[in-house]
Amino acid sequence: MVQSTKDNLAPLHLHIPEPKFRPGDVADFSDIIVPAVDAHPRPDEHVLPADIHPLAYGLVRVLGDDHAASGSWDPGLDVATLQVMLRKMLLLRAFDDRMFRAQRQGKTSFYMKSFGEEATSVATTMALHSDDMCFPSYRQQGILITRDYPLVDMMNQIYSNRGDRLKGRQLPIMYSAKDYGFFSISGNLTTQYPQAVGWAMASASRGDTRISVVWCGEGSTAEGDFHNALTFAAVYNAPVIFQVVNNQWAISSFSGFAGSERTTFAARAIGYGIAGLRVDGNDPLAVYAAMQWAANRARTNGGPTLIEYFTYRGEGHSTSDDPSAYRAAEEYALWPLGDPVTRLKDHLITIGKWSEAQHEALILELSEHVKALQKEAEQNGILGHGLHHPFETMFEDVFEEMPWHLKEQCAQMLEEQEDKFGPEWEAR
Amino acid sequence: MSEPSIKTMNMIEAINSALDIMLAKDPDVVIMGEDVGYFGGVFRATAGLQVKHGKTRVFDTPISECGIIGVGVGMAAYGLRPVPEIQFADYIYPGLDQLVSEAARLRYRSANDFVCPMTVRSPFGGGIFGGQTHSQSPESLFTHVCGIKTVIPATPYDAKGLLIAAIEDNDPVVFFEPKRIYNGPFSGYYDRPVEPWSKHDGSAVPEGYYRIDLGKAAVVRAGEALTVLTYGTMVHVVKAVVAEHGIDAEIIDLRTLLPLDIETIEASVKKTGRCMVVHEATRTSGFGAELAAQVQERCFYHLEAPIERVTGFDTPYPHSLEWAYFPGPVRLARAFDKIMKD
Repeated sequence: MVQSTKDNLAPLHLHIPEPKFRPGDVADFSDIIVPAVDAHPRPDEHVLPADIHPLAYGLVRVLGDDHAASGSWDPGLDVATLQVMLRKMLLLRAFDDRMFRAQRQGKTSFYMKSFGEEATSVATTMALHSDDMCFPSYRQQGILITRDYPLVDMMNQIYSNRGDRLKGRQLPIMYSAKDYGFFSISGNLTTQYPQAVGWAMASASRGDTRISVVWCGEGSTAEGDFHNALTFAAVYNAPVIFQVVNNQWAISSFSGFAGSERTTFAARAIGYGIAGLRVDGNDPLAVYAAMQWAANRARTNGGPTLIEYFTYRGEGHSTSDDPSAYRAAEEYALWPLGDPVTRLKDHLITIGKWSEAQHEALILELSEHVKALQKEAEQNGILGHGLHHPFETMFEDVFEEMPWHLKEQCAQMLEEQEDKFGPEWEAR
Repeated sequence: MSEPSIKTMNMIEAINSALDIMLAKDPDVVIMGEDVGYFGGVFRATAGLQVKHGKTRVFDTPISECGIIGVGVGMAAYGLRPVPEIQFADYIYPGLDQLVSEAARLRYRSANDFVCPMTVRSPFGGGIFGGQTHSQSPESLFTHVCGIKTVIPATPYDAKGLLIAAIEDNDPVVFFEPKRIYNGPFSGYYDRPVEPWSKHDGSAVPEGYYRIDLGKAAVVRAGEALTVLTYGTMVHVVKAVVAEHGIDAEIIDLRTLLPLDIETIEASVKKTGRCMVVHEATRTSGFGAELAAQVQERCFYHLEAPIERVTGFDTPYPHSLEWAYFPGPVRLARAFDKIMKD
């Protein structure tokens, strides 16, 4: 190997990003700029993307430190709607808690909580029409909960039991619910981005009124699919809303490995000539307002918007990792944008429409509700305890009609079961 | 009903006709790809279709195979029947994740909640001095994936009927078009004048709608001495060599690689007792390996000689040495000598 050195030049240096805090450090987020509410006022939905570049670097906020809602982004929601929003976020939190515990009890293989980023799936969905098509990543169970999808069906999926609508084929939480406008979750990251664009292009080409909405994490914005999708959406002015849930962590890799040391994720929109908004992801009213703005824009042929929700993943990536092994303890407690549930609760209390006592009672009620549904779901079985779909369903739905080679393999598998369990195997 | 009118078509014209008919018949059919719209495709397969059917039905795309196929999956999920073109099979790899992990598994992973009736058309194969980025035959990558059907026509007649069946199929189909024979069947003798399709029976194509069911092979020459399993360009090369050497081979054009027509294969090999598999693609882990395994599993006690594989070599497709790479008449003749000697 030939190494060329020039004595008069400084050696090059490879930069490997490093998060500011690791286990043992005390997190200090004083460098995160939290602008005043309405630092960047709400523009008309039909503004040119080039005229709102500051919004891609700022932070849309509605709830101030005083818990009051103010400014031009305030969506002006009525009390009933605010209480529904709070209830949905608390229900999501209760659901996550029970299912996380179920995994720890060995009832399923895997779970992922959305603690700390509930607003990005609940408030967003509330700002959409019920038939708009959602292309979620893996941490948006709040969409289904907001759209009143049966929790027992979600649990059946998590348990991969005989009641699982997906026949026990998918990893827990990889739901699919077409009737609820919820696209099948892949597990391969950001593949849903170009798919959402294709769905939106189809809707537009048909003169439909529905738009599509897609989520991914900040880490997976590095995937080619993300950039391909933005190119297509820009080229065809597709009625699609791109959302990046920037929760700071992609398993153990901080957002710097997706490029956050240089710019914001919302600013990715600028190069594509589409509208970009950076939003306080823990401010449910700001999240709602941003989605409403983008949805109005898409629905009136104003084209795509990219929204970054600046938030924080309050717990581990999934049941398979321990965040204390790679990040400072107490980061979430010190997060300068607070907790989305607490902020909405405080707002409702501030306007005199909620109380701590009501809040505690609701948490208890939802916890009991979820617990009762869990018992119901467990009647259908838990993972690995026999109450699964019939064996032959493994070969169904590979194709619309089963070809000969799958029929042969299915017969072989059934014989194996008989060898394994004896003549009474079908009772298993 | 009057007699269907028959027209002489080359393979490009037959594919164009299939697309034209399906665009007219089914408002859900959408065609997209690089240069397919205004220009009509680099091989002219979509010529005239945008003018006839409109810009929202036939349109150009960014140069992004991942985007093209990913957008296709989303359109299919909406309820359309997209027919994207990947300009050369060699360019399909950026779209592989969307095909393998998304299109192929959407029906399964969602338990029929979402489906993907998408047909990806792509010219493949060499013999056109295309070098290593315009000559590859990646079909075995797709037959290895569960949930995708892989179809390869060898005549204009089959190309049209198979393409219509592929578009009407409710599962994703990869439709590889052997570009060496777009304009005429190829004997493998690259130094002889090109024969036009008009001299071949397979160029008599009904102008209207017809379909050839997927999963059905065609016996293109009946014979007793041995069975040759092949597809695409190699069907014609094998036919030419067999004719030249006076070999009584039964030549089977598979047409659909997956699902495979195992009944036709099994019956033929049990009759002839010898089997040769021929493809242009690289040898190791090629589709010929699967064919050889299937034949020995089903026909071992009927075989009088080892199964012979005739394929491209395990190198990237070379430019100047294309004809030393191509499994042409010399390689085939040696293989025939070997398999008939035992």
